[in-house]
Amino acid sequence: MWNNEALVNAVRFIVLVLVQVILLNNINLFGYVNPYLYVLFIIVYPFSGNKSLLIGLAFVLGLSIDIFSDSGGIHAAACSFLAYVRPAFLKVSFGVSYEYNMVKISTAAIGERLTYISLMVFTHHLILFSLEIFNFNHILLILKSTLFSGIFSVVLIFCTILLFSRRS
Amino acid sequence: MQQIIFFFIRNKNFLLFLLLFTISIFLTVNSHSFHSNKVATSANFFSGGIYSIKENVRDYFNLRTQNNLLVEENNRLRELLSNAGSDMRTADIDSTNVLWNYDFVAARVINNSYSKTKNNLTIDKGSNDSLAIDMGVISSKGVVGIVNSVSANYATVQSVLNTNSQINAKLKNTNDFGTLKWQTGSPYIVTLIDIPRQVQFQLGDTIVTDGKSTIFPEGILIGSIADYKLANNQDYYELSIELFNNMTNIGHVYVIENKAAPEIMELENAVEDVE
Repeated sequence: MWNNEALVNAVRFIVLVLVQVILLNNINLFGYVNPYLYVLFIIVYPFSGNKSLLIGLAFVLGLSIDIFSDSGGIHAAACSFLAYVRPAFLKVSFGVSYEYNMVKISTAAIGERLTYISLMVFTHHLILFSLEIFNFNHILLILKSTLFSGIFSVVLIFCTILLFSRRS
Repeated sequence: MQQIIFFFIRNKNFLLFLLLFTISIFLTVNSHSFHSNKVATSANFFSGGIYSIKENVRDYFNLRTQNNLLVEENNRLRELLSNAGSDMRTADIDSTNVLWNYDFVAARVINNSYSKTKNNLTIDKGSNDSLAIDMGVISSKGVVGIVNSVSANYATVQSVLNTNSQINAKLKNTNDFGTLKWQTGSPYIVTLIDIPRQVQFQLGDTIVTDGKSTIFPEGILIGSIADYKLANNQDYYELSIELFNNMTNIGHVYVIENKAAPEIMELENAVEDVE
């Protein structure tokens, strides 16, 4: 059934990929800091939605970014891992019974929301940069990239959620 | 049997994740080696098309700098032409001249990255314009990279700024050669390793391509020596080379086809087989 929820997710998917590859991959703040806004798709995917479907979608999302940026499969790996561990992060941030309490990202308390977004973003970035650099001699570079890109992404994702949650 | 089916149903998320994660890791490892059939590259109809549209818009903001670059290059070529004078006219007759071994294809860069550790460019010419893997790519100022995948209308180029890149280079004055690598960090600096300790050089000396490989002709500009230090084993120098090219702003490039490459490769492979 092609209902409203699915349509919103499909549009969000396409818009996020295009914004990421055309705009955000070219920011290069201080020479190497890029935000990865497309993680937003996995973050705001309905909390009670189908988990297997999310893992599949996250993989396709990451692979699309990989195709555009010629990076092999690093985004796909980071995204599918993120989709798999998301339920655990939800439990940590919003409490064990998040599924029955009908928690929504746009209505949750600021602190809980920030914990959840940070956990997701930093996990994603750590895997992403480890796989991209793929060398333990450069572990400082991995941590530095994760930290700076992570802060940038968290701020951007937080602002985007604030901006688009007015309507509801 | 029922136990096994239940196991699969119970762990279906984990198994799905494991499968997709394995595929991604495989793709990642695959992209780290140069000579492998790459599956996911931006040299395809879809992403190439989107990048072309993007670049059509972005082009306008760079017109002035790109024009200046072209005028500079015209100027340089005119100087060469007028200085060469009569030599050039006799070259017309001698069709076996080594210069005619190379074909140049002009292309436009439609996507460029320089902030990652493995950077690639996408250009708007592909196998329809007789591009193939392993061809060299230069700009008016110097070396840019090597073609690493092609589709019908697009190709991706492994940039000099890629930790997998290894390019043969030499000192212009003394002909001592080494390998050009990138140690990540600044997009303006690359490193030339394996220069023997007894070699004489000065800061500011020019580095050019070596011509021993079939990818680049001899004498394509690369950069100038900005700094040097001895490698860990004290026998070789590691030279920091400042690129002549500004890799952060590349507009038009030339792809070099070496017509003698297939013959040379065949010969070298034959020798290896005998050994």
